[in-house]
Amino acid sequence: MKPQALILLAYGSNRDYDVAEALTLAGAEPRVISHNELRENKKRLADYQMLVLPGGFSYADALGAGKLFALDLNSYFNEELRAFVEAGKPVVGVCNGFQALVKADILPAVESANQATLTFNERGRFECRWVTLKPVSQTCLWTRGLENLIECPIAHGEGNFQINDAALAARLQSQNQIALTYVRADGSPADGEYPVNPNGSTLDIAGICNPQGNVLGLMPHPENHIRFYQHPQWTRGVKRGSGLPLFENGVKYASQL
Amino acid sequence: MTIYKFSIQQKTRDPRNEGYLQSARALGFCQLKRVECIDLRFIEGQLTQAELRRLALELLSDPLTQSVAWDELPAPPSPPQADTVILEVSLRPGVTDSVAAEIVRAARQIGIDGVRRAATGQRYILRFDESVKKSVDESVYKLFANSTIQRWALESIEPTFPEEAASSGAIETIPIRALSDDELLALSKERRAALDLAEMQAIRAYCKKEGRDLSDVEFETIAQTWSEHCVHKTFKALITVEDKNTQQTTTVDSIIKTYLKSATDQIAAPWVRSAFVDNAGIIDFDDEFEISFKAETHNHPSAVEPFGGANTGVGGVIRDVLGVSAKPIANTDVLCFGKQDIPLSELPAGVIHPQRILSGVVAGVQDYGNKIGVPTVNGAILFDEGYAANPLVFCGCVGIAPKGLHHKNPQAGDRVIILGGRTGRDGLRGATFSSMTMDAQTGEAAGASVQIGDPIIEKGLIDVIVRARDLRLYNDITDCGAGGLSSAVGEMSAPLGCDVELKNVRLKYAGLAPWEIWLSEAQERMVLAVAPQNVRALQEICDAYNVELTDIGAFAADRRLVVRYDGVPVADLDNDFLHEGIPQQKLRAVINQKKTQPASNLPIPNLPISDYLLRLLAHPNIASKASVVRLYDHEIQGGSVVKPLSGVCADAPSDAAVIKPIGTKGMKGIVLANGVNPEYGKRDAYRMALAVADEAVRNAVAVGADPERIAILDNFCWGDPKRPETLGALLEAARGCRDAALLFQAPFISGKDSLNNEYLASDGQRRAIPPTLLISALGVIEDVSRAVTMDLKESENEIYLVGKFDPVFGGSHFNLVADEEICEPVPQVADVNPRVYQSLHRAIHSGLIRSAHDLSEGGLAVAAAEMCIGGRLGMHLSAPLSARDLFGETTGCLLVEISPKNSVRFAEVFADLPVKKLGRVIADETLNFSETSIPLADLIAAFNTPLVPNS
Repeated sequence: MKPQALILLAYGSNRDYDVAEALTLAGAEPRVISHNELRENKKRLADYQMLVLPGGFSYADALGAGKLFALDLNSYFNEELRAFVEAGKPVVGVCNGFQALVKADILPAVESANQATLTFNERGRFECRWVTLKPVSQTCLWTRGLENLIECPIAHGEGNFQINDAALAARLQSQNQIALTYVRADGSPADGEYPVNPNGSTLDIAGICNPQGNVLGLMPHPENHIRFYQHPQWTRGVKRGSGLPLFENGVKYASQL
Repeated sequence: MTIYKFSIQQKTRDPRNEGYLQSARALGFCQLKRVECIDLRFIEGQLTQAELRRLALELLSDPLTQSVAWDELPAPPSPPQADTVILEVSLRPGVTDSVAAEIVRAARQIGIDGVRRAATGQRYILRFDESVKKSVDESVYKLFANSTIQRWALESIEPTFPEEAASSGAIETIPIRALSDDELLALSKERRAALDLAEMQAIRAYCKKEGRDLSDVEFETIAQTWSEHCVHKTFKALITVEDKNTQQTTTVDSIIKTYLKSATDQIAAPWVRSAFVDNAGIIDFDDEFEISFKAETHNHPSAVEPFGGANTGVGGVIRDVLGVSAKPIANTDVLCFGKQDIPLSELPAGVIHPQRILSGVVAGVQDYGNKIGVPTVNGAILFDEGYAANPLVFCGCVGIAPKGLHHKNPQAGDRVIILGGRTGRDGLRGATFSSMTMDAQTGEAAGASVQIGDPIIEKGLIDVIVRARDLRLYNDITDCGAGGLSSAVGEMSAPLGCDVELKNVRLKYAGLAPWEIWLSEAQERMVLAVAPQNVRALQEICDAYNVELTDIGAFAADRRLVVRYDGVPVADLDNDFLHEGIPQQKLRAVINQKKTQPASNLPIPNLPISDYLLRLLAHPNIASKASVVRLYDHEIQGGSVVKPLSGVCADAPSDAAVIKPIGTKGMKGIVLANGVNPEYGKRDAYRMALAVADEAVRNAVAVGADPERIAILDNFCWGDPKRPETLGALLEAARGCRDAALLFQAPFISGKDSLNNEYLASDGQRRAIPPTLLISALGVIEDVSRAVTMDLKESENEIYLVGKFDPVFGGSHFNLVADEEICEPVPQVADVNPRVYQSLHRAIHSGLIRSAHDLSEGGLAVAAAEMCIGGRLGMHLSAPLSARDLFGETTGCLLVEISPKNSVRFAEVFADLPVKKLGRVIADETLNFSETSIPLADLIAAFNTPLVPNS
């Protein structure tokens, strides 16, 4: 049976269709469920094998991107969500979903809270542009075994991943929590250089996972590169960097649960 | 109750600070040395220290990146510093403040119940050269606060919270029957009704017939319903036309009927499903889906509050598409601004500087489009001094819907349902406001007309409406735009009648008079006709997506519009009078645009040819718009096949957008393009209309659209039509629209006009915009994998010029960068153009074309340069090319790149058509023609000249 994926629609999520399309192509059966439906127990998280927090502007980014979405996660779904994560089921938060996971302290899931954040892009503005990602973590079930670079767009104003001390950086590295980094077309590190690293994230981090590797958060949108004609250079014959394998990894894992 | 003030500041560099400083410098405020921006949150309530600390750290700041401090108001004065001015800014009462609302909600969510109300603001610490502190030019403060929506104070501002005033049922009776003609006009002016004497007399006659006077609700309802904005009276007027060129006098009975609708009727395309009758035009997409398209302007609101004006312009046109039950899938935005380098001193009083209008409008488009999740995929930005006081903001939206689910068939007994946002004083009399000339007081007086949008509420409307549509839960739907409920409910109930209760309307705050509730243009509302048995199911969907549903009454069968407040009728109007009673306007037009002759001998350019090309590439109308395009999410919904920017480095301008909508089968796609050219409009409105329609169609065909399946929209932005010459030019443009539609067999499916784009300066001088017509094209491409982009692909490929090449300098951009204008007519549209496009389409569909780019502003040389930039390749044009060939402008032409192996097949497709081989693509990064060689790097540098100087 196809794994059932719950796409949680917060108040202001808007890339739900996009990620549903990617999950369908990857072999899952996605369902877009609104926050209220889940809250009123019309649907139950435990009935699903995957959870997706899609991109968007929950609560219009009031008080900081993802902040009020995170507050909802912690106020209304705390136990169910933590149980889902602890059960090792695949969870992915894209863009606004990533911001919510970080602000709810579900990522990077280190002992004390408020050690990492996603803040305003270094250039101070929203940007939509294509980036190249290197799948790094072999612990993360979403990026494990991905051999090719991923090319896909970013579309955000608050995607600058920052942490409060160097010790945490070392830990993220040693625990294989750095899932995806911004790299040049040849795979070499961005080293913070704009626009290869589009937002100023520390260590060129585009996505991180929890120490168990089942929860991934990332700013870019691999769900917007799942067909060849979405690539900005497809008319030049360029066919590379699909975002689909990342979703296929998650679906494959979920179907084995 | 205590008011607490929280100050939140970035721990590291706040990029906003630099932005403000740059804007100040660009406007000549060089004595400003530093700006620090601090966000303020005001909370009224009774809170413990522990709660204040929780609010500060858990809700109001990001402890990792921001520092936060709090005080009780009145805050202790900060120690005065000789070189520092502290400016605090807060919103005016009644202006939507969604952050404040979220603070109250979220505080309760984390268990802090003592929060009563909240407000937001900013604190700016401005550091000057010490010497100028005493004589700070107060106009610098306008950078930080727009008095239309914001208040500012030095040192410390008192926030205003939404007032809980007593509810008001106050109704005023207007004694119209007793008024003389002069008094009628005075009344129209006093209530900003924008009605003329004939219209006021018609209202008086109605009152006499009914034997009673009107309530304010009734009068305001008529004024909105009869406004230029809602009823397009100029476009429906009976016009006596005096043609100075032919010395003939004729009459035109309705521009819409004579020129626009007649063309559509004559073409009778079987794939047009709805034209001119609904909120948006609709055409077939495939067997399963239909696509809709609408473009509107939001000019006056954007002039007084650029962010809010553009923001709600985008929101409004998205609602138009929802109004035909479609899911919005793409936005377009064409923006016209004053020259960015105009000194502040040269602007008329009360006008916002074009740099601030540009940044505000772009931010408004960005905010709404990105947040609601509709990609902004196509557009243009133009500059002309004529737009300084009257910027133009054209917003377009495309939607998709399964066939057969949208209908307009309200039944007597259906409930009148409002979905979406609440009603406040925002946007009162917007329909009449937009129908008037602006002056220095407009900004202030229009304060209430300005709305700030809430894209998240409208996102909820999308989620609800597509689901309700699929379940067939409503019988009719329309958006609440200009005129508010009076217009939405009024129009929907025109064939039936209705009885509605204003007390049921949910308000943002109490205290609104009945006429204010009825006319409010509060955003993000839709009106639906719902059978009583379906209301519950609709309510359930609304609950899932946090959308408010309000039942305000029922449709009736008596053809009367009955509006009550607390049960008491406050309006009871005959629908025949309301919708048919407006007297047809009688206008006079004079056609008198001077026709120029071709220049016999061209002035010899005194600069090297390459200099002219670089100047053209750097001209703000032609230069890269990437800095703006990247602020818009053009990738969301995953459909972007040809993106706004093309090429190796994604920095070259695409001709049109291609979209493959999610959820559609096969490889079919949608093409979006536009044409606009005020330089032609200034000189010859008729040829301008033909040229811009040609450009829109040509752009669409260049990426792969089928030229036999293109529908177009007209958007006229003009000056005061009461001036006969202005109306004459408008008629000429409309005639051009008809001829273009017939030539290309491209039917108009919708249109809009925005008139009175004039500014009455305090010196008594009127400033009108250049006649501006936007033609937007909606096309279909059979197979998106055949789409073509404009970037050069491969060296040794051949470059051809296709189309009837007839370059002239009238209205050319060459004239804008040359030292001396070459006076000539503007380009004509040749009869052969449609055949050229059909052949080009065949060639594209057969895979013969590697790249294609249209010749537009700047002519052939600019088109060639842009193709080189896109491909990071060079071009060698061996055919002899004169200055006229290189820089003159023509319609109907494109440069195309083909592989040498396809040249024979290509020649076959273009047999009997104008086509010429010009040269080839080269690996060497230079553009070569007529003994000139320009390095690609120079082209790129010129093309990347910033739109805003010093930025």
